[in-house]
Amino acid sequence: MAELVEWVVGPYDFTFMRRALLVLAIISVVSGVVGTFVIHKGLAFSGDALAHSTLAGVAVAFVSGMNVSLGALGAAVVTALGIAWTRDRARVSYDTAIGILFVAMFSIGVLVLSTRQSYTPDLFSFVFGDILGISRSDVLGAAILGLAVLVFLAAFSRELLFVAYDPLMARATGVPTRFFEYAMVVVVGVAVVVALKAIGIVLVNAMLIIPPAAAALLVTRLPRIMLLAIVFAIASSAIGMHLSFHLGVAASPAIVIVACAIFVAALIASRWRRTAAESPELGAVA
Amino acid sequence: MHDATVGAARAGTAAGRGVAMREPISALHVPAREPLAPEHAHGQFALVVRDLTAGYDRQPPAIEGINLRVPIGEIVGLIGPNGAGKSTLFKAILGLIRPTRGEALAFGRPVAKARDQVAYMPQIEEVDWAFPVSVLDVVLMGRYRRFRPFARWTRADREAALDALARVQLERFAHRQVGQLSGGQRRRVLMARAIARGARLLLLDEPFAGLDAAVQHDLIQILDQLAHEGTAILVATHDLSCVANSCDEAICLNRRVIAQGPSAEVLTAEVLTETFQRHLLAVPRQDTLRVVADGPGGRNERGLLGGGEGG
Repeated sequence: MAELVEWVVGPYDFTFMRRALLVLAIISVVSGVVGTFVIHKGLAFSGDALAHSTLAGVAVAFVSGMNVSLGALGAAVVTALGIAWTRDRARVSYDTAIGILFVAMFSIGVLVLSTRQSYTPDLFSFVFGDILGISRSDVLGAAILGLAVLVFLAAFSRELLFVAYDPLMARATGVPTRFFEYAMVVVVGVAVVVALKAIGIVLVNAMLIIPPAAAALLVTRLPRIMLLAIVFAIASSAIGMHLSFHLGVAASPAIVIVACAIFVAALIASRWRRTAAESPELGAVA
Repeated sequence: MHDATVGAARAGTAAGRGVAMREPISALHVPAREPLAPEHAHGQFALVVRDLTAGYDRQPPAIEGINLRVPIGEIVGLIGPNGAGKSTLFKAILGLIRPTRGEALAFGRPVAKARDQVAYMPQIEEVDWAFPVSVLDVVLMGRYRRFRPFARWTRADREAALDALARVQLERFAHRQVGQLSGGQRRRVLMARAIARGARLLLLDEPFAGLDAAVQHDLIQILDQLAHEGTAILVATHDLSCVANSCDEAICLNRRVIAQGPSAEVLTAEVLTETFQRHLLAVPRQDTLRVVADGPGGRNERGLLGGGEGG
C-alpha cells in the first residue's frame, strides 16, 4: 500500500512534475470544453490543421528572435480565419481546401527552419511536446489563454449553442452567425496553442478529440459531455505522466495512449449498456 | 395571375370568405373562426411581400416578382411542387438570402427590424439533430431576443418554453436530447420553439411532412388556436387537403404566385394544373373531401383529415 502511495505521490516531490500536472490540468479543462464543440461540429480535421500550421509561426518567431509561443498563436489565428473563410466562401470542397491550407503553413515552417543549420531542442519541444520542460511563464501563458477561451465560451454560450444547432434560425433571429462561426475556429486554434508546448504539434489534436469523444459515448447532454471529457483528460494526463515517470518513456504519447484506452473502454461500456437495456420508452408519440 | 388573387386585396374579413363561411364542412376543423378581439386589428396585414425576387449565385431567380399578403389572425397555406421556391421565399422574407428586388414588410416594418414579432420554423433537415442539446434548450432558443454577453435565460423564458412544450404535448421530453426524438416529435419541438417566441407572425416550412393524421390534426388545432389569438401564419405544405380544410387562404407558388385567395376559390383544377405543371386527378375541394355517413345516431360528417380525435 505504501508503495502504491509512493508510486502516485512520489513524482510530485519534483517541481517540474508539479508544474507539468498543473499545465495538464489547464489543458484538460480547455480541451474538454472546446473539444466537445470540435467533435460535434466536424472540426477534428481543422484542429489537426491548426496544430500543424503553428509550425510556421513557431519557425518565423524562432528565426527572428521573437517569442515562439506568440508566433504559434499568430499562426493559429491566421489559419483559423483561413479555415473559417474556406467553410464560408470557398468554391472547392472544405477538406480539400483545409488540406491545402495546412500543408502550405507547415511547409512555410519547415522551409524557414531549413535556413538554420541545425534544429534546436527548443523547437523539438514544440513538435513532439516537452511536458517536463514547461516553465513558469509557459504555465502562466496557458492559464491566460485558457481563461480567455473559457470566458468567451461562457459569455456567448446561448449564441454558440444556437449557431451550432440551427444557424439559419439563429441568423433569422439576429444572432451574428458569421462572427460566431469564425470565432469558434479561432477558439479551437487558441485551445491548440494552450496545449502545444506540453503535448506537441503532432499529438495535440488528440487532447481535443479523444476525451470528448469518449464522454459523448456515455452521456448525451452538452454540459455533462464537457464535464466527463475534462475528467477523462485529467485522468489520461495523470496516468500518462506516471507511466512516463516510472517507465522512462515520453510523456505526451503516454498520455495519448491512455486517452485512447479510456476511449476503447467507453466504447465497450456504451455497447454493453445498449444491449443490456434496449432504449426504454422512446418513440412513444408520433 | 389568376382571378382569385383579387381576393387577396380584400382585407380578409370573415364575411367575405364565401365557401369557408357557409357551413362547417369538417367536424375536425372549422377554418372560419370567431371574430378576433378588437385589439388584434383583424383585417390588417401581418406580412406584406412586394415584388420579391431572389435566388442563388449564378442561377436564374428561384422566385420572381412575388406579391402576397398574410392577414392578421389567419392561416395562409403556401403550396407548390418541389423546387417551386417555397423555402427560398421564406429565406428571402427573413433576409437569409438577399433579394435582388422587392421587399418584405412585417407589421409595416422591414422584417429584419421586426424580428421579435416573427418566428420561423425551418424544415427539420436544416437543423443539426446530432448536436447534444436538450429539447428545452432548443425551445428556449425561440426566446432569444438580443445579442448580450453573459445573458442567461430568465424564469419567464423557461416558463414560456415549458408552456410551448406543453402545447405540443412534449413536456415530458423536455430534458431529452433532441437527437433521440422521432421525426414527428422533432417537428413539434421546432413548432414549440416558434410558439415560445410569442411572435405575431409565424412562418412554417413543411411542418406537417411525415406526420400521421392524428398528430397533424393536433398541430392544426394548435395553429388554429394561435390564429384565433391574433397570430398570422404562413405555412408551406405539400398537403392540399390540409390547405383546403384548414387554411383561410391559399397561395399557389411556382417561381411566381399563380393564385392567391380563399382556399376554396383558389384550389381549382385549373390553378393546380398550372401550379404543378400537370393535371391532378383529385382536386381537393372541400365538397369533394366531405365524407357523409349515416351512423346509428343520425347523420355524421367527417373530413378526410383525421380518423378521430386521437392525439
